[in-house]
Amino acid sequence: MNLRANWRKLINVVMLGLSGMCTLLAVSLLLFILGYLVWQGGTAINWAFFTELPKPVGEPGGGMANAIVGSAKLLLLAALIGIPVGLLGGIYLAEFGGRTWSFLLRYATDLLNGTPSIVIGLLAYGILVMPMRQFSTLAGGFALGVIMIPTALRTAEEFLQSVPRPLREAAMALGASRWKTIATVVVPAALPGIVTGMLLGLARIAGETAPLLFTAFSNRFWSPGWIQPTASLPVMIYTYAIAPYEDWHRQAWAAGLVLLALILIVNVGTRILLSRRTPWERL
Amino acid sequence: MAMSNKASERGIISQRAHFWFQRLHEGDAVAHLVTLIVASTVLVVTGLLVYELWIDSALSRQKFGWKFFFTSTWDPVFESFGAWPFIFGTLVTSALGLLLAVPVGLGAAIFLAEMAPPKVSSALAFVIDLLAAVPSVIYGLLGIFILVPWLRTSAEPFLNTHFGFLPLFQGPAYGVGFLAGGVILAIMILPYIISVSREVLLAVPPEQREAALAVGSTHWEATWEVVLPYARTGIFGSIFLALARALGETMAVTMVIGNTPQVSSSLFAPGYTIAAAIANEFTEATGNVHLAALMELGLVLFVVTFILNGLGRLLILATAQQGTARE
Repeated sequence: MNLRANWRKLINVVMLGLSGMCTLLAVSLLLFILGYLVWQGGTAINWAFFTELPKPVGEPGGGMANAIVGSAKLLLLAALIGIPVGLLGGIYLAEFGGRTWSFLLRYATDLLNGTPSIVIGLLAYGILVMPMRQFSTLAGGFALGVIMIPTALRTAEEFLQSVPRPLREAAMALGASRWKTIATVVVPAALPGIVTGMLLGLARIAGETAPLLFTAFSNRFWSPGWIQPTASLPVMIYTYAIAPYEDWHRQAWAAGLVLLALILIVNVGTRILLSRRTPWERL
Repeated sequence: MAMSNKASERGIISQRAHFWFQRLHEGDAVAHLVTLIVASTVLVVTGLLVYELWIDSALSRQKFGWKFFFTSTWDPVFESFGAWPFIFGTLVTSALGLLLAVPVGLGAAIFLAEMAPPKVSSALAFVIDLLAAVPSVIYGLLGIFILVPWLRTSAEPFLNTHFGFLPLFQGPAYGVGFLAGGVILAIMILPYIISVSREVLLAVPPEQREAALAVGSTHWEATWEVVLPYARTGIFGSIFLALARALGETMAVTMVIGNTPQVSSSLFAPGYTIAAAIANEFTEATGNVHLAALMELGLVLFVVTFILNGLGRLLILATAQQGTARE
């Protein structure tokens, strides 16, 4: 009997210890990725990386200035699609939606969220690249915008719903219409959360590569305007990493470090901002 | 005369605009309609996606029919396309990814939900969420320069000498191949499995644990025999979601799988996946049939992930509402 009890205790300790090891493994994976990128990218990064165009193959040096600007333009377009749709869609789901239609929309949003990004790229190719007969910033931005919608919409909805009922009731008791309540009370109260959601959505699409391969394509030079192919950081990382040149590999690490740093800063920063008290808790 | 006419017209228009604006400002009905229309773009986009994929793959669907899925020739010159090697590669790498990631992910989720104090748990969960925020192309970068050389020089020779009797571990060690694809997928889906499973486990009512502990079970027994069965369906849901991610994952896999359309019994051999084929060949597709064949691959990917996601979400919803332990 005692033997059995000891056995059970042993199993208990061993299995719980193993589960702790699993967590340790996952967490150390992130530390390893970060450390390795900082090490490899840190030695490769320099001022020219941010200010110069890529040099032709064989010439050392050069940078990714065009890719950085390209990524910024793509993100701007994506934000122009993702933020309004996310915000208004979130308002609908949180404030107006009936039971069935909301459920359907939520489900569709989740499914769109799970759709591989490369498939969304095919959509952008079909409706923008094919008719225009050319790769463009526009098509890339559209693809990224569509990918952003689900994240933006669901987080906006979540934060709007977390605004306490009494706040709405107080506004309505003062005679405000429903829309006025939403626009002047509910949305401002949920704003920090909504901004966070949008930033996280942007951080997510900033690293998307697959849909850009055949929408924004790539470009060794500056891409003026919106209807020409453009370089972008993730695509540059990809092409430089699979190329056989040592110098390009170094630049790929540098680009990887810049991209990951941006994404992690947004993730950690929004987390810190949100962990402060939300407005209605301060009341 | 004309001037004043115009002015009054403008007056009417601005009055109308003002009226409309007021309706928008105060009219709940208008706000309702506008937000409804915007929210519905999600459905429109999904519909458009299905339409595009269906129309643009028509050429390939008509020419190859169901044969498309079972034949192995992929020949752009003679415009003969069969997707079996891609489907095979996708299935093998995803299965391998799940095989490696599910035990570790579940273990970590158990630790975070059942053992760690709430504050530690949420801090660690945040770190793991950061792992999910790392872009695919960066996993690919690390894959090319760390994982592949390591597999080629250490892991694959080791597996070959010790488990070489299995056909899985035979053949030359290339580094790039199904094994590399599977390992990188495992790393990438790990955070999804952990965070969804953790939430499912946290949703199990504490009474369940307390009852088990009260009749004398150890902490582990309470977890293994009570909490896990209760949350079983939701955990399956999280695995479905992870599988859907793995199937559609593109860049990291493209960078380490070797991009050779072949079916092989060895995990060391280079292969190809559906998503990698689309990524690599789309811009270079020459003929319309080639393009249509790639679109059909996209359609397959969409339909499969759609079904997996749908099922996964339903399972998680079901668990959230009530447990799934047998009576």
